[in-house]
Amino acid sequence: MDLFKYTAHELHEKLVNKEITAVELVNSVYARIDEVEEQVNAYISMSKEEALAQAEKVDAKIAAGEAIAPLAGIPVVFKDNINITGQVTSCASKMLNGVSAIFDAHVTENLRKEDAVFLGKANMAEFSIGNTTDNSFFGAAHNPWNLNCVTGGCATAAAVAAGEAVWALASDTSGDLRQPAAYAGCVGLKPTYGRVSRLGLAAYASSMDQIGAVTKDVTDAATILNAICGKDDRDSTSWEVETPDFTQALVQDVKGLRIGVPKEYFGENVDAKIKAEVEKAIAQYKELGAEIVEVSLPHTKYAVRTFYVIANGEAGANFARYDGVRYGYRNMEAQSASDMTARSRNEGFGEEVKLRLLFGTHVLSKGYYENYYVRAMKVRTLIRNDFEEAFKQCDVLLTPTTPVLAEAYNTEMDAFAKYELDFTTVTANLAGLPAITVPCGMVDGMPVGMQLIGKVLDEATILKAAYTFEQATDFHKAMAPLGGNK
Amino acid sequence: MKVTTQDVKYIAQLSRLNVPEADLLEATEQFNQILSYADILQKLDTTGIEPTPYVLPITNALRKDLVKEGATHEEALLNAPAVHNDGFKVPRVVE
Amino acid sequence: MTKYTTVIGLEVHAELKTKSKAFCTCSAEFTNVPNTHVCPGCLGLPGTLPVLNKQVVEFAIRAGLAVNCEIQKYNKFDRKSYFYPDLCTNYQISQLDKPICLAGHIDINVDGEEKRIGVTRIHMEQDAGKLVHSGATISTSDFSAVDYNRAGVALIEIVSEPDMRSAEEARAYMENLKAILEYTDVCDCKMQEGSLRCDANVSIMPEGATEFGTRVEIKNLNSFRALVRAIEYEVERQKEVLEEGGRLIQETRTWDDANGVTLSMRNKETAEDYRYFPDADLVPVIIDDAWIERVRAELPELPAQRQARLMEQHGLPKYDASIIVSTKAMAEYFDEAVKTAKDAKGVSNWLLGDVSAYLNNEGITISEFKVTPAHLAELVNLTKDGVLSSKLAKKVFTEMLKEDKAPGALVKELGLEQVSDEGAIMKLVEETIAENPQSVADFKAGKDRAIGFLVGQIMKKSKGKANPGMVQKMLKEKMQ
Repeated sequence: MDLFKYTAHELHEKLVNKEITAVELVNSVYARIDEVEEQVNAYISMSKEEALAQAEKVDAKIAAGEAIAPLAGIPVVFKDNINITGQVTSCASKMLNGVSAIFDAHVTENLRKEDAVFLGKANMAEFSIGNTTDNSFFGAAHNPWNLNCVTGGCATAAAVAAGEAVWALASDTSGDLRQPAAYAGCVGLKPTYGRVSRLGLAAYASSMDQIGAVTKDVTDAATILNAICGKDDRDSTSWEVETPDFTQALVQDVKGLRIGVPKEYFGENVDAKIKAEVEKAIAQYKELGAEIVEVSLPHTKYAVRTFYVIANGEAGANFARYDGVRYGYRNMEAQSASDMTARSRNEGFGEEVKLRLLFGTHVLSKGYYENYYVRAMKVRTLIRNDFEEAFKQCDVLLTPTTPVLAEAYNTEMDAFAKYELDFTTVTANLAGLPAITVPCGMVDGMPVGMQLIGKVLDEATILKAAYTFEQATDFHKAMAPLGGNK
Repeated sequence: MKVTTQDVKYIAQLSRLNVPEADLLEATEQFNQILSYADILQKLDTTGIEPTPYVLPITNALRKDLVKEGATHEEALLNAPAVHNDGFKVPRVVE
Repeated sequence: MTKYTTVIGLEVHAELKTKSKAFCTCSAEFTNVPNTHVCPGCLGLPGTLPVLNKQVVEFAIRAGLAVNCEIQKYNKFDRKSYFYPDLCTNYQISQLDKPICLAGHIDINVDGEEKRIGVTRIHMEQDAGKLVHSGATISTSDFSAVDYNRAGVALIEIVSEPDMRSAEEARAYMENLKAILEYTDVCDCKMQEGSLRCDANVSIMPEGATEFGTRVEIKNLNSFRALVRAIEYEVERQKEVLEEGGRLIQETRTWDDANGVTLSMRNKETAEDYRYFPDADLVPVIIDDAWIERVRAELPELPAQRQARLMEQHGLPKYDASIIVSTKAMAEYFDEAVKTAKDAKGVSNWLLGDVSAYLNNEGITISEFKVTPAHLAELVNLTKDGVLSSKLAKKVFTEMLKEDKAPGALVKELGLEQVSDEGAIMKLVEETIAENPQSVADFKAGKDRAIGFLVGQIMKKSKGKANPGMVQKMLKEKMQ
C-alpha cells in the first residue's frame, strides 16, 4: 500500500479504523524516501529511530483504545530552520552544520503533544535567503514535477509532492513557504504574523517570519493550523487572540463572498499562461456565487525593494550571532577573536548571504539609516495602507502565487529579476496578513498556484474560499511524476 | 547613493566579513547595483508617513520576574567549538 | 597660562536587582561557575526570543521618579550592534530614541554650595557577559574564556547633563545617585563588583567660553576615588595638550588605576557606528498614568527627605545627618539604633567616629558590621546613664567588636561598671588626700593643676571605674 500518497486526514481515518498502523505508515514514507530522495534531495537529515518510536507510541495508544489527536502518527518533515531538540538545525548553511538544538520550537512542542511523527529536516535556501535552494550547503533540491526545475526557496513542498512526507512544517518570510508549495502543486498556508509562535525558528527577518504548513489539501492545512497556533508567552510577538477551530471553516460556500482581484498582480511581469489559469479560477469562483471586485494595491511595485531593505537589515543583526564563539563553524587558525569571527563568517556563509549581510549593515549604518531603512519602513506603511483600502471593498484578495512557473535550473536570469519574483507573496509578509496558496491549474506539465490573502487574523475566510475551490476542482489530487532529468 | 571601495571596506569591517582586496572593485560595483535597485524607493513621496517597525498592534508583552531553569551547563557548552575552564574559549581579544 | 573650565558629564550603568534577567528567565544572581545561569537566549542560539521582565520597567520608573524625571508613556527597544565575544547576539537590546525617563535632576552640595545637576535620560538595556583572560591583562593573554552568566542582566543607564565643573562635583553627584539607587532598592550599588559602573565624559574650555571643548570618554571607573583621580588626571592631561599647542581628539580612554593614568583605547574607529534600529522581536511598552502614580505612591523615603527627617526628628546637625543618610545601610542602622537609644546624637557620634573608623580599617561596609544597632544603642545608654565613662565605653566597644555580647553583660563580665557610690568614692578621696599632702597643699595654695593629679590618682585606684564627675566634685568639697 502506498500510504505516502494520502492526506493527513485520510491517514488519520485509516489509523483510527485500524486499517493501518502508524509504524506501517512511517515505514511506507521512509521506503518512498529511499526510492526518490536521490533524485529530489529534499532532506538534509533524517531521524528514523525517533520517528519509529513516536509511531510505536501512537500504535500503543490505538491498541489501548485511547483517542488520538488528528496529527497523531502522521509523518511530517520540518524545514531545517525549526528546532527539534537533539537534532541539528543547519539552516542549510556550513555555518550551522552539526549544531544540535538544545530546545524544541513551540510548534515542535505542540506537535509532540499531538503525537506527530518527525521524519527529519528539509533542504532550503541557505538561511532562507534566496528563492531557490541553489545556495544550500547540502546541494540544490529538485522539483518532483520536473527534476530539472527548482523547488523554490525550500524543499518542504517538494518532499510532500514526492511522497517523502505527508505534510511539512515551514517558515515564510517572503513567500518561501507559498512559492515552493505552488511550484509543487501543494497547499501552503502562511498564518497571520503573530498567530504561530516563532520560538525555535532561526530568525531571518524578525518582523516578517512566520511558521506555517505545506499540505496536500486545505483540510490538512486547517487541521495543522489548529495544532500549531496559539499564544506563547516566550514570544513577545505571539498574539493573544481567540483561536477558533479552523476546521469549522471547511465548508463549500462562497456565495456573496467579495473576492478582490488586484490589477497589479496581473501585469506584464506575470506569465500569461499563469494569468490564464488564475483567471479560470476567478471565473469558477464567480460561478460558485462569489462576487469579483477589481481592486488596486498601487505600491506593489515597491514591495520587493522594501522587503529587501528591511529583511536584510534585520538579517544583518540576526545573523551577527553567528560569530564562531559559542557554536557553529569556526576558523581555527585565526590568532585574534575579531579575526576568528571575520574568517569564520567569511568561510561559513555562502556568497549570497554575505552580500545580503553587507547590504543589511549598510542600510543601518550612519548616514544611510534614514534614507534606506526608515524610508523602507515608511513604504511598508504605504503597502499596509493599500491592503487596508482594498479590504474595504472585499473580503479576500485573489492573485497568482508566483509570476512564473518553477524555472528550469539552467534559466539565465538577472539577480534583480530573480528578487522580483517574490512580489506576489512578499506583500503579505510586509503587512503581516494570512495567505494561502492552492493549486489551480497546470501549464506545460507544471502546477500553477493561486493565492488568497485574507484580513489580519481572518484565516477562516481564506480557508473557506480555498476549500470551496478545491472541492470543486481536482488539481490537488494530481501526483508529481518525478519526470525530467536532474 | 553610490559607495566607494573605501565604503565597502568599512561596511565589511562593521559586518565582520572580509572582502579580499582583489575582489573589492567587483564587490563595490555589485553593491552599487543593489543600491540603485533599492534607490527606487527614494522616488516615493513619504512625507507625513509613519514608519512601520512592527506589524501588529500588540503592546506590553511583559512577563513576571520569575526564575526558571535555563540550559544545563552541559547543554550550554554542547556546541562550543572550544572550551576552557567552563567558558567558551576564544583567541586573544584585541581591544 | 590660560585658565580653563572643566566640563563633566557622567554615564552610569546600574544593574537592577531583579530576580531574573531582563529578557529571559535565567537567574540574575552572581555565580562563580561560568555558564551556569544561562539559557539558549543567553547563548544567542538561533530561535531564541526576548520577553521583557516587567520588574525592569517597574525599577526604571522608580529610579526615574527618584531623580525627578518625566516618565515616558511610549517605550520601544532598539538593537545596538557591535561585535564583541561577550555579547551573545552581537547586538545589545537598548533604547535609543524613546528612553523611559527624560529631564530629571539631582541636587548636590559641595563645600556648602548647593547645585542642581541635570539628568538627561534613563534607558533600559541588557548587560553583556564576561571575558576571563588567560594572562594578567587582556593584552598579555593568548586566549580568553567567555562566561555568559551576566549576559542579559537588566541595566539602566543614567545619563547626566554636562553640568559638573569639578571632580568633586562629579563625586558628589555619583554619591547622591548611588544613595538614591540604594534607597529605591533598584540596585545593590557595588562599584567594585561592577553592579554600579561609571563612565565620565570630560572636556575643558577656556574660562568664559560658551562652546565645550573636545570630549573624552573615560571608562573603567570602579570607585569614587578612581572617578576623582581619573578626572583630575584627565583635566591636567588635556590642559597640557592644549598648552603645548596640540589638539585634543574625541576618543575613549580607560583609567589605569595602578599607574594613575588614562590610556587611549585603540581600535575604536568603527565602534561608534552602532546601527541602532527597532527590535522587531519586542513590542512597544506603554506606561499609563495609573502605573506611574502607583510607583510614585510606593516610592520609599529618599536620602534628602531622610536627612531632613533626621535633623528635625532627632535634632542631628546637618553634617551628621548628611553622612548618615549617604548610604542606606547606615541610615537604617541609625534608625534602628535610635529606637532604643536615649541619645540620638550619641548614636551619631559613634557612627561617624569609632564605627566609621573601624569599618574603614577593616574595609567593610556597615551591612557587614557585627555590632547590632540595639547593642550600640545600649552602649550609648550606658554612657548617658553614667554607668560608663566615655573612656570605658571605648573599651567596651573594643570588646563588642570581638564578641557578640550585649555591652551591659560585657561591663559586668569585665567589672567595668562606673562607681557612683558616694561612700566608696569618699573612701578613695580620703585615702588619696592622706597619701598626697603636697598636692593638697598646692591646691590650697591656688595651684588648680594639682586637682588633676589627684583625680588621676583616684581614677587609677578605682581602675578607671570611679565616676570622674563625682570624684572631682567630692575632692574639691573635701579639700575646701
